[in-house]
Amino acid sequence: MANAVEKPKDSFRPSMLLYDTRYRSLTIQIVVFALFVAAAAWLIDNTVRNLSALGKDFDFGFLGVRAGYDIAQHLIPYTQNSTHAQAMLVGLLNTLLIAVMGCALATVIGVIVGVLRLSSNWLVARLMTVYVEMFRNVPVLLWILLFYTVFSEASPTPAAFRGEDGQSMLLGLFAVTNRYTAIPDVAVERGFGTLDLGLFSLNLTFAAIVVVLAASFYVRHRLKARARAVQESTGRRPSTWWKSLLIVVLPIALLLWVLGTHLLVPSLSGFNFTGGINVPNSFMALWLALSFYTGAFIAEIVRAGILAVSRGQSEAAFALGLRPRRTMSLVILPQALRVIVPPLISQFLNLTKNSSLAIAVGYLDLRGTLGGITLNQTGRELECVLLMMLIYLAISLIISGGMNVYNSRIRLKER
Amino acid sequence: METIERAIDPSHMKISDEIAIQIRAMNKWYGQFHVLRDINLTVHRGERIVICGPSGSGKSTLIRCINRLEEHQSGQIVVDGTELTSDLKNIDTVRSEVGMVFQHFNLFPHLTILENCTLAPIWVRKVPKEEAEETAMHFLRKVKIPDQAHKYPGQLSGGQQQRVAIARSLCMKPRIMLFDEPTSALDPEMIKEVLDTMISLAEEGMTMLCVTHEMGFAQAVANRVVFMDQGQIVEQNTPREFFNNPQSERTKMFLSQILGH
Repeated sequence: MANAVEKPKDSFRPSMLLYDTRYRSLTIQIVVFALFVAAAAWLIDNTVRNLSALGKDFDFGFLGVRAGYDIAQHLIPYTQNSTHAQAMLVGLLNTLLIAVMGCALATVIGVIVGVLRLSSNWLVARLMTVYVEMFRNVPVLLWILLFYTVFSEASPTPAAFRGEDGQSMLLGLFAVTNRYTAIPDVAVERGFGTLDLGLFSLNLTFAAIVVVLAASFYVRHRLKARARAVQESTGRRPSTWWKSLLIVVLPIALLLWVLGTHLLVPSLSGFNFTGGINVPNSFMALWLALSFYTGAFIAEIVRAGILAVSRGQSEAAFALGLRPRRTMSLVILPQALRVIVPPLISQFLNLTKNSSLAIAVGYLDLRGTLGGITLNQTGRELECVLLMMLIYLAISLIISGGMNVYNSRIRLKER
Repeated sequence: METIERAIDPSHMKISDEIAIQIRAMNKWYGQFHVLRDINLTVHRGERIVICGPSGSGKSTLIRCINRLEEHQSGQIVVDGTELTSDLKNIDTVRSEVGMVFQHFNLFPHLTILENCTLAPIWVRKVPKEEAEETAMHFLRKVKIPDQAHKYPGQLSGGQQQRVAIARSLCMKPRIMLFDEPTSALDPEMIKEVLDTMISLAEEGMTMLCVTHEMGFAQAVANRVVFMDQGQIVEQNTPREFFNNPQSERTKMFLSQILGH
């Protein structure tokens, strides 16, 4: 029998571009893309015309010019005679320092507060609620200013630490003054020197510490793997905590002893503390304010994550005879993490971007150097702002990329 | 594998004189609400008890007290010679003797079926992993889903998940099994496969307490039916007497509603 039904002919009519589901979305996408390109071209053309009318051009040559301004906190060598590019790099490192330290402290605060808010202890739970509601309901800029005011107005002057009846230092190591917080520095007597590699020089002492730490953590990892194997074959998990503690602590302690490491405790000489590191109050205020502010949000995320795991899960684990601590680590947390991690990424990104509020307390980060003094001195607004946006974008993408990799590793497998 | 040998030992098919669970004058409140009033119940080893009653009558709360998922405020609960107090050691002992199956299965969704079954034996009983897996596969074969061992709970049907939940409890080799409405969340055609599994468990002499609305199961398997209302045990009897010759008015009303259509 021949084919009774013939396949209908596909004759293309122009109206199908709009009314046929096969072509409709393609048409829309092409139109939208064309509009976008036209708008972008118009904006760029307009900008270039206006700039040239003002006698300006689009040029990043200014980055090689002498900056001529000081930056109080620089993690790499920097003087007034350094270039704008170097000033930008110093600012970027300051931004990264505050971002990394802020994310770490905010996570610690957030996890502790989040768990404590679920505590059955009435007082503890209420105190944590007060903390969370206070910090997340007031703009972060006000918190930064408040912390800075407390540091600079309510703290004693360095000179107040003088003499028998003066202020005493915290644990004999730290001193909070109205200009900076003095903390101890670490010094080595017998360093390994530096190795010049042409492009950059390698600090061998630092490298040795990193290598020893990495090696002992690797050995510890192997020890845990062996403990797991022993548990799988005999059921008894050998106690590893003291071995792993020894493996991590002993080699590094030995290395530090060989290096002749000692603490340089800050001491008052004249009107200032010397010997240790004087951390400017702008950094302390920014760091603490950002951490406590973001920590309040993270606490809510952690609390929500734990609550998202149904009660039935812990009941089932209890009914099987698992103790609460094991239930938390084997059943609740692995499931809570998948709820916690995605919003945690946003909080890390928020903290990193909020660090640009550093300008309020005069901490020179990327916004303060490239987007502040450099921009004002060179008058290169467009270049500076574009570059700054590009750098913040890159930082954020790196953070969220890294966290997404972690997230996909802990994701729940279904189907 | 001594539990399995014990389970197929024909002497356990019968109800022994040995007492498995003893509840005396037990009371429980949720705040002001008196959930369980003066409960007295003795369960002998090998008994299959079905607990029924209208919703809110305290059936689930009662069996959840037996492994201390709920605390009782007065009276005494003795399980296998261990009294349930706030002593953590006693609670651990009782929980490792008593298995529980929940209405909503409560499988761990982040672990495979096999890992669900081996988690507690490995971490609580300290059984070597290989042995735990062998035991798990044995019980998974018994509930007829050994081929799903490496899938995740989310990939299984409701009936399959509930059978895994039963296997997971059995892996701890409990002497008593509690069932909290095990078939209430299941589609009709899946109820049978779960009930079949429970019947074969009963045939092996397991002591079972089952909260259920499956009156067919009660008639076929139970040796005693306990009827509860408003936190009290109103009536308990053999299934035949309970269904044919109910004593109290409340029981008659309940039975007419549940069997009337």
